[in-house]
Amino acid sequence: MIPAAFEYYRPKDMTGVLSLLGEHGDNARVIAGGHSLIPMMKLRMADVPHLIDLQGVGGLDDIELSANSIRIGAMVTQHDIIDHNGLASAAPILREAALQIADPQVRYMGTVGGNVANGDPGNDMPGLMQCLDATFTVVGLDGERDIPARQFYEAAYMTAREDEEVLTSITMLIPAGGYAYEKQKRKIGDYATAAAAVLLTKEGNTCKSASIAMTNLSDIPVYSEEAGAALVGSSLDDTAIKAAVTAVLGDIDPSEDNRGPVAFKKHLAGVILRRAIERAWSRA
Amino acid sequence: MKDEVESREDRVAGLKGMGCSRKRVEDARFTQGKGNYVDDLKLDGMLFGDFVRSPYAHARIVNIDTEAALKVPGVLAVLTAKDLEPLGLHWMPTLAGDKQMVLADGKVLFQGQEVAYVVVQDRYAAADGIEAVEVDYEELPVLVNPFEALKSDVVLREDLLAEDGSIPDGAHGPRKHHNHIFTWEAGDKDPTLEVIDNADVVAEETMYYHRTHPCPLETCGCVASMDKVNGKLTLWGTFQAPHAIRTVVSLISGIEEHNIRVISPDIGGGFGNKVGAYPGYVCSVVASIVTGKPVKWIEDRMDNLMTTAFARDYHMTGRIAATKEGKITGVHCSVTADHGGFDACADPTKFPAGFMNICTGSYDIPTAYLEVDGVYTNKAPGGVSYRCSFRVTEAVYFIERMIEVLAIKLNMDAAELRRINFIKKEQFPYQAALGWEYDSGDYHTAWDKALKAVDYDGLRAEQAQRVEDFKAGKTRKLMGIGLTFFTEIVGAGPVKNCDILGLGMFDSCEIRIHPTGSAIARLGTISQGQGHATTFAQILASEIGLPADSITIEEGDTDTAPYGLGTYGSRSTPVAGAATAMAGRKIRAKAQMIAAYLLEVHDDDVEFDVDRFAVKGAPEKFKTMNEIAFAAYNQAIPGIEPGLEAVSYYDPPNMTYPFGAYVCVMDIDVDTGVPVIRRFYALDDCGTRINPMIIEGQVHGGLTEALAVALGQEIAYDDMGNVKTGTLMDFFLPTAWEVPNYETDHTVTPSPHHPIGAKGVGESPHVGGVPCFSNAVQDAFRPFGNTHTNMPHDHWRIWKTANELGLHG
Repeated sequence: MIPAAFEYYRPKDMTGVLSLLGEHGDNARVIAGGHSLIPMMKLRMADVPHLIDLQGVGGLDDIELSANSIRIGAMVTQHDIIDHNGLASAAPILREAALQIADPQVRYMGTVGGNVANGDPGNDMPGLMQCLDATFTVVGLDGERDIPARQFYEAAYMTAREDEEVLTSITMLIPAGGYAYEKQKRKIGDYATAAAAVLLTKEGNTCKSASIAMTNLSDIPVYSEEAGAALVGSSLDDTAIKAAVTAVLGDIDPSEDNRGPVAFKKHLAGVILRRAIERAWSRA
Repeated sequence: MKDEVESREDRVAGLKGMGCSRKRVEDARFTQGKGNYVDDLKLDGMLFGDFVRSPYAHARIVNIDTEAALKVPGVLAVLTAKDLEPLGLHWMPTLAGDKQMVLADGKVLFQGQEVAYVVVQDRYAAADGIEAVEVDYEELPVLVNPFEALKSDVVLREDLLAEDGSIPDGAHGPRKHHNHIFTWEAGDKDPTLEVIDNADVVAEETMYYHRTHPCPLETCGCVASMDKVNGKLTLWGTFQAPHAIRTVVSLISGIEEHNIRVISPDIGGGFGNKVGAYPGYVCSVVASIVTGKPVKWIEDRMDNLMTTAFARDYHMTGRIAATKEGKITGVHCSVTADHGGFDACADPTKFPAGFMNICTGSYDIPTAYLEVDGVYTNKAPGGVSYRCSFRVTEAVYFIERMIEVLAIKLNMDAAELRRINFIKKEQFPYQAALGWEYDSGDYHTAWDKALKAVDYDGLRAEQAQRVEDFKAGKTRKLMGIGLTFFTEIVGAGPVKNCDILGLGMFDSCEIRIHPTGSAIARLGTISQGQGHATTFAQILASEIGLPADSITIEEGDTDTAPYGLGTYGSRSTPVAGAATAMAGRKIRAKAQMIAAYLLEVHDDDVEFDVDRFAVKGAPEKFKTMNEIAFAAYNQAIPGIEPGLEAVSYYDPPNMTYPFGAYVCVMDIDVDTGVPVIRRFYALDDCGTRINPMIIEGQVHGGLTEALAVALGQEIAYDDMGNVKTGTLMDFFLPTAWEVPNYETDHTVTPSPHHPIGAKGVGESPHVGGVPCFSNAVQDAFRPFGNTHTNMPHDHWRIWKTANELGLHG
């Protein structure tokens, strides 16, 4: 549990970060809260000769709320998310999800930016951000660019971010309607056996919009457009929910691990999704 | 004088003796981070050692190339079996009469096995050095299933074959196959089979008690320091049995025992994991002898989970016979025990399956037979008693499951079935069919109290309603009521039948009273969190009349403490606690003579009263223990030596048999497999209660480890012998979040043979807790046809049970 030797940098600004990344390419990694990367380094599963700490870079830890949008800096911690009352009233699903991540000690250090950027299929924020249709802003030597969360993830630990780029912020529209982040895990601190993020709006008794994403049921988060579409226009009767579940089951691709075999995970994904939909609907 | 105004009650209270919820004296340092654990030890010039470990479960070692590793900065030496062989230390004896490789001698038998030992200047260099050692392995067929191992042509232990290829006897008699270790039997086979063949009703079940691990928060480790000038070896370590370790080190190293000092500093939990001797100790000692410098070895979490002693891994088949009214007439238990690559179980030598022969439980079963076959596989060695006396957890799980299975067969309430089969109060001391003599018990009283406390009939009515509601589609949650009545066998043990490597399992206490009325007592045991410094002082306070706060308890330094066999198997209170009381009584006997002299009366004319000796019939004439202590050292008393000291080595006449009645109420989500413990009631009878607060803490801790084992804690292997649960992400260690509220209760049935009537409690809640949690899960599914499903009851396995019973529609 001791990492291989590495060089540690703590630049004072993003220019310094980008210049180091430019110099060392894929031999360098930036570190935010370190709660994914450091364990990987200690297990010697990640070899990072040059480690660039973002803690010294200013301007990355703000939560900005405007009339209809939210901007979260990459260095905002899970605890900051939970602690921010304005954010909790604008987008309560963020607090509901953050409270189900790891444990309080980890949440004091773990950042939202690190959580979404690392590409770990077990992380909760990627699926949540896909559900919220958030946009990730990354910066490189050639300037900034925006990548939709729904197009960010390519494979486990593989994302649309280039090695020389740094994820700096997450923006999203303030979601309307009902919400739920439903997660089953074996114990506190565990990754999801299955988790579902659901946002719904209703008009009268009809579902007007629906957004559904699943966590840790594939090597990337799974945003299921078809599942959302199955609910829109319905009154969320059993048939509609079953159609949404069927759609999600077609999109996920869980693998067996100590949390259980594939058949269990598929069944559980359906149960968790149904519960999330019902809870979101009750809040819509 | 203060004594004149103090009432007798005040004097009793002031002692903080037995029965007092005295706050733990250890906690001041533990809660402030001021404990002194082995890894806190820093010595001048100290080096570090760490292991190159095998990635394979079974492989021949073709070559070990250390050249590159020796070039890594900070790496001083790399030891392999070849280096240890000239010293005769490449193998070491195990506690079970087998031998174990210290470093891989030509092959490896389990994943994580120690292959080479890198001696370095700091831990960082160790991690780099390990990576640089190049080992060529030739993979061999892997055996992870003991039943297959017993049929396989693959020989795991060539070292145990005779030159002609035949299989010589092992330490415990004939071996049936080259992967077979021993067969151990208890009871009467033919009469038992006859009873079963002719019974009204026979219930049969096969169950697997999975492999798990004690996983103490502090892993195993040591610091070895050889002083080449005076020839003295000091070995600090996480030892549950420091004196036994000293003897073993002396026997295998050839260093005379007086030149070895073993010190167990503060220990962060043991639970059986720290009883045995590990390659890390041997290699550290060798490295210190070679370099002349102190060498530290500390396991990381993965090392601990993957290589140092596991617990359980028992495949058990039971048959239980009864009359149609439910009176049990016989039980047959057959076990295949997976011991891994070496037989390193920590059991008394004559008991290769520990006290598994307590498997008739709390019941008056006239006929019984037990057979246990030990088997080698490609898994880590161990088989220790994880928070239990030797294999008692397995035994209690077996009988408490068999009772439930029989209740199903009889279509009878499981609480009632237990009641009609309990050993009756008047039958004690009770001679059990498998050889033990239970010292005391009042099971019916405890059972009735427990059932009443939880409103058992009300719970059953609620459960019946729940089943109706479930069938009507009104709920997706089932309710389980887990019952357990357990009898432990602890306090090993009488030297006539209990020894480890020939070391009798007595224990000891040595007391010195200081002239001003305070004292130090040293014991052969060692606390790993049990609070010995608190409770042993309480025993002494009551015995010798000095306040517990004025008595220092010391353990763990073999140069100062009297010889003892250590702390495990709930033996400290039954054995060392008895020694403490007996040594205290020797102090009191001498104090009586001194008091009589001072009071100018005959010895028989004074009597002990709380904290003093007073003249019989004239209580105003007395000498306090303080005054007596001062006189013992400072007054010339004819015929009496100066000083006030005593030592006692206590060989217990029998084991003690704590018991308890537990009830768990659980709600199970059929669709997700998530169990929620609504209520857990634990009644423990540990005989005389020394410190109720510490007992409650022990019960909470033992139940939590029981919850862990029953609901998810496992060391799982894949078919290639890879450990699948080598980190705390996958190895379930419950936190405050996963732990329910526990209700504790008690009855008091003192042990008739123990000087203070105490029986021990640290392990009871684990022994009783595991079947209770498991029975709750099983009971929830009983109305749908479940008879038995194996632990651990994690989410997916509970879901699987529901699924197989057709509960998912």
